[in-house]
Amino acid sequence: VRVALFVPCFVDQLAPAVAEATWTVLERAGCTVSYDPDQTCCGQPLLTVGAGEEAARVAEAQLARFEGAEAVVCPSASCVATVRHRYPELDVAVSGPQAQTRGRVFELCEFLASELEQVELGARFPHRVALLESCHGLRDLGLGRASELGPGDATGPGPVERLLRAVDGLELARPERDECCGFGGAFSVRYPEVSTRMGVDRLDALARTGAEYVTGTDTSCLLHLDGLRRRGSRGPRSLHVAEILAARD
Amino acid sequence: LSGLLDREALRQLPSAERVRWHDAAVFDLRQRRDEGVARVPDFEALREQAAAIKAHTLDHLGTYLERFEERAQAAGAVVHWAQDAAAHNRIVLALLQERDACRVVKSKSMLTEECGLNPHLEANGIEIVDTDLGERIVQLGHEPPSHIMVPAIHRTREEIGELFHREMGTPEGETDPKRLTGHARADLRGRFLAADAGITGANFLLAESGSLVVVTNEGNADLGMTLPPLHIASVGIEKLIPGLDDLPVFARLLARSATGQAISAYTSIVTGPRPGGELHVVLVDNGRTRLLADPTHRSALHCIRCGACLNTCPVYRRAGGYSYSGPVPGPIGSVLAPAMIGDPAARELPHASSLCGSCTAVCPVKIDLHGQLLAWRRELRSPSRTWQVGVRAAGFVLRHPRAYRLAARAARLLWPLLGREGRANPASPWLQSRELPEHPGPSFRARQRARADERT
Repeated sequence: VRVALFVPCFVDQLAPAVAEATWTVLERAGCTVSYDPDQTCCGQPLLTVGAGEEAARVAEAQLARFEGAEAVVCPSASCVATVRHRYPELDVAVSGPQAQTRGRVFELCEFLASELEQVELGARFPHRVALLESCHGLRDLGLGRASELGPGDATGPGPVERLLRAVDGLELARPERDECCGFGGAFSVRYPEVSTRMGVDRLDALARTGAEYVTGTDTSCLLHLDGLRRRGSRGPRSLHVAEILAARD
Repeated sequence: LSGLLDREALRQLPSAERVRWHDAAVFDLRQRRDEGVARVPDFEALREQAAAIKAHTLDHLGTYLERFEERAQAAGAVVHWAQDAAAHNRIVLALLQERDACRVVKSKSMLTEECGLNPHLEANGIEIVDTDLGERIVQLGHEPPSHIMVPAIHRTREEIGELFHREMGTPEGETDPKRLTGHARADLRGRFLAADAGITGANFLLAESGSLVVVTNEGNADLGMTLPPLHIASVGIEKLIPGLDDLPVFARLLARSATGQAISAYTSIVTGPRPGGELHVVLVDNGRTRLLADPTHRSALHCIRCGACLNTCPVYRRAGGYSYSGPVPGPIGSVLAPAMIGDPAARELPHASSLCGSCTAVCPVKIDLHGQLLAWRRELRSPSRTWQVGVRAAGFVLRHPRAYRLAARAARLLWPLLGREGRANPASPWLQSRELPEHPGPSFRARQRARADERT
């Protein structure tokens, strides 16, 4: 499969290693990866502050970068959720070729586990790792089953969990509750007090699992938690799921 | 009402210990809800049914309202229409004054909170006593409810014991919930018997029979609407459902979503006044038709006030009900606020959410709560010139690769300054509790380019 890499703006700028790991993992899964250096941002930062028109124009520009791609893969559930669920609310990519492009945008783990149906990638990461199910992955993309939905039908674990369980040596832990880490984009600076309390509670729950690392599909959530940890809150270090899937001792 | 999620209140949040306690108390309701819901084989189908009934009723609201009025009056009730809170309060006051009713008992009603009925009646010399235990607690403490289902959830039993001791002369140091409830009940019994009028809300209105459906766990509404000669029901126009056949769907959803109970202790259907008594139904708009006319936000009128979205909301659980400036806190409050308290007062509330979407997942009547919060953010955009210029500039940068790279380069140069707290630093709120990410070095794009250069 020919894959166009969708590198979120903050990953490009703040966590380039995540994009590199994504590339590595996709190649190991047998994909031919390409990267358009003129891509920028999905528009979510503008969308969440209420700048709908501005967000729509960014969204159109970004989607145009991926026109004709067989598959577009992004290491951020939040950006993919924006493309999949919020673009139509902005009247972007509702129909025609743009909508087709939009339909081919996948989050990394769902692409590997559900589209390619490939979870064995030869990764080795001999550590205890706690899973942070970021909200947009969990609820908007359905990468797991949110606790408030109850056990439901036995659909089995979601793509992120299946991929992590296939990593050699990795011991997976789950924190109590699957609630929000408190990042929420602009929310984290608009309401730093509440955001911090949510983050510290999440870190505490993650720490109680005894994990060395916390991983997930979203660098944004992980940077927030790591920012708290580095300021002195107790908890495991953050590592994006792509970095674990790319690890080989 | 300031319209802001009150930053001062947040800074003065009681100890971390208390926030943890509040979070745990409210999350316990969420978990009971989960257990209750799990016992229903196809809860999702029930939600869909409820949402469909509500959508249908709202699509034909005019017809159903007229039918309700006609049938209720045929059954002997008098129906009044109130366009806003002031009209509602005027109507209720006039009904009481015409009958020299000066002692009133009231069961739980978020609508009368929304309208500010209690202070209005008190200012006119009428004694109004809230008879729901939680409402009674906040009334004695001169506070508004902090939760729509559990009004005194923010108070510990020790605080309630102290309050009862001070206000009702109960033994000092009493903290046992059962005994405290006993004291409140004894005090309320006399007030029920002496009341000239009872005010209730209604959880549902049945159009086909002109009936009110009043749901409580304490039976206090039943006493309030049967003992005094005058019963006034204040109800929002969105409470309508077509008829009795639709009620079981909501009866199964409401209590489960609120507390996990299979059904509330009392579900009373009232058609017409009690023998020898009077029944007046005040139907209130107060902004609801604004939502009705708006296809994006119409479904907010599905709300049955179960409180599930508050209980699951990680922001509500930590910030507490008083951090929200509207009459209803939590996700649904922020979605209803633009209609209830208007713009600009409500403009900030939709931003007081991390958009985690758990509210949408629990809503028994399928309101896309986080989608609506996001939609309100777009619709109530700030008119401030600085903001407008700011988002336009950001939009330009984010859709032009060269501008984006230039901005990123500038941010890298400023990185050490961004890490220093100060008034001029836009990153300051982040830095209150968090470190900036470490200086990331070259961007992914720059690294790719360097690699390509190496190869050639």
